[in-house]
Amino acid sequence: MRFTKDHEWVDADGDVATLGITAYAAEQLGDVVFIELPSVGKTLKAGDAFAVVESVKAASDVYAPISGEVVEVNAELPDAPETVNAMPEKDGWFAKVKLSNPAELDALMDRAAYEQFLSTL
Amino acid sequence: MSDSPLKTTPLTDAHRAAGARMVEFGGYDMPVQYADGVLKEHLWTRSHCGLFDVSHMGPSFLRLKAPSGDAKADHAAVCALLEPIVCGDLRGLRRGQLRYTLLLNQHGGIIDDLMVGRPVLDDRQGMLQIIVNAGTKEGDFSRIAAAAGDGAELIRADDRGLIAVQGPEAAAVTAAIIPEAADLSFMTLTPAEYEGERIVISRSGYTGEDGYEILIRPDNARKLWARLLEDERTRPIGLGARDSLRLEAGLPLYGHDLDETISPVEANLEFALSKRRREAGDFPGAARAQGELAGKLNRRRVGLRVLEGAPAREGAELVDPKGVVVGRVTSGGFSPSLGAPIAMGYVPPALAEPGAALGVIVRGKRQAAEVTAMPFVPHRYHRKSA
Repeated sequence: MRFTKDHEWVDADGDVATLGITAYAAEQLGDVVFIELPSVGKTLKAGDAFAVVESVKAASDVYAPISGEVVEVNAELPDAPETVNAMPEKDGWFAKVKLSNPAELDALMDRAAYEQFLSTL
Repeated sequence: MSDSPLKTTPLTDAHRAAGARMVEFGGYDMPVQYADGVLKEHLWTRSHCGLFDVSHMGPSFLRLKAPSGDAKADHAAVCALLEPIVCGDLRGLRRGQLRYTLLLNQHGGIIDDLMVGRPVLDDRQGMLQIIVNAGTKEGDFSRIAAAAGDGAELIRADDRGLIAVQGPEAAAVTAAIIPEAADLSFMTLTPAEYEGERIVISRSGYTGEDGYEILIRPDNARKLWARLLEDERTRPIGLGARDSLRLEAGLPLYGHDLDETISPVEANLEFALSKRRREAGDFPGAARAQGELAGKLNRRRVGLRVLEGAPAREGAELVDPKGVVVGRVTSGGFSPSLGAPIAMGYVPPALAEPGAALGVIVRGKRQAAEVTAMPFVPHRYHRKSA
């Protein structure tokens, strides 16, 4: 699993990667009450906002950690947004993406580096 | 951004110690939420008892400089100084009564919304308790002091603690510590004693629930805060839930739902135009208000249910069935009690009736919305039956 400074995670399996937000992000957002996911087939560019999570108080963009085409979204999530708080790095995944540039993964942090980064916040 | 350090309340250290997430609000360092988070804090207040630090607001007292000692005359005299800049009947306040009123500019626009109370005790009858909003208090205090001129002095009390206790269990929790609380009805106040101090407690608040607001000196504010939290029915609640609670209660927030361009009638607050003042037409912007009441109204504050999709936040455009932009959302979010998005906004009177179909634009997409009566969640104020 790799991580961004915006607190997204990406877990690649071959040329398909699963995306979500980290436990830290979920904790910061508070109880998630609404999620907007991208359409299957949408092309993402690393750094683009691709989803929105909303708490009672505010809406927050979620940025694509890598580039590629959305091949699947977590269809259960919009009806159970609390899953993002309960299991952010597992059942609370957002989308699966077919990577267009797998080399982008190398620029992201591994867990040790991400945890080091969190300790500086 | 201002370089001046944030102001603190007597309870700031208690919030930090409790693990609150702090934000800037109205120039103060305030808790937006505690460990429970906004959703749970909101629902706790609706079902039990929530404790709010509202010490950032602007409590003050307007006191006649030369009272005659005649209670009725002194009350009338202090009211005569403040009434010219607000739309409420203050002279008509009974002892211990509290009234919501509006500070208006010469065009009848709302400068702030505030609470004015008449003290109970004989020796305070030339005095009014005035509580204004945090973000507007410096300007408000200047205006009130100017209106008072040489007749009265404005005594700021915003260095004190102001604690709100809100929820269906607020009465039982509070009366166990301050027995005087039990006898108050909604929108009344009384002096009470706590740790030897003469405090002021009112049955009021801004959540739609029964509850109290307590004005108390800093050291005793800290003691009372801790004491109230010893009761397992009570939890501390941050500004995040305070905002979602008041939205569900249909109560406007100054700087969002109210501003200097908006009139009391546009804001759906004509109850604040007291009968005596309305008939006399002696408040700022009276001609505008009378025209608006007679039907010359451009816009009206309404409640909205967002029927699909994401919560509509402040600034979202409202459109009619043809797609024409007719107004904007001024407050909006997710209602924890209803489990659905709700909002307030301004629309033309023709679209302001409950049931009117509107659209709201969220991130470029049109979502169905419908005008609905407010409050969204019924008020549960404690009114004594007559």
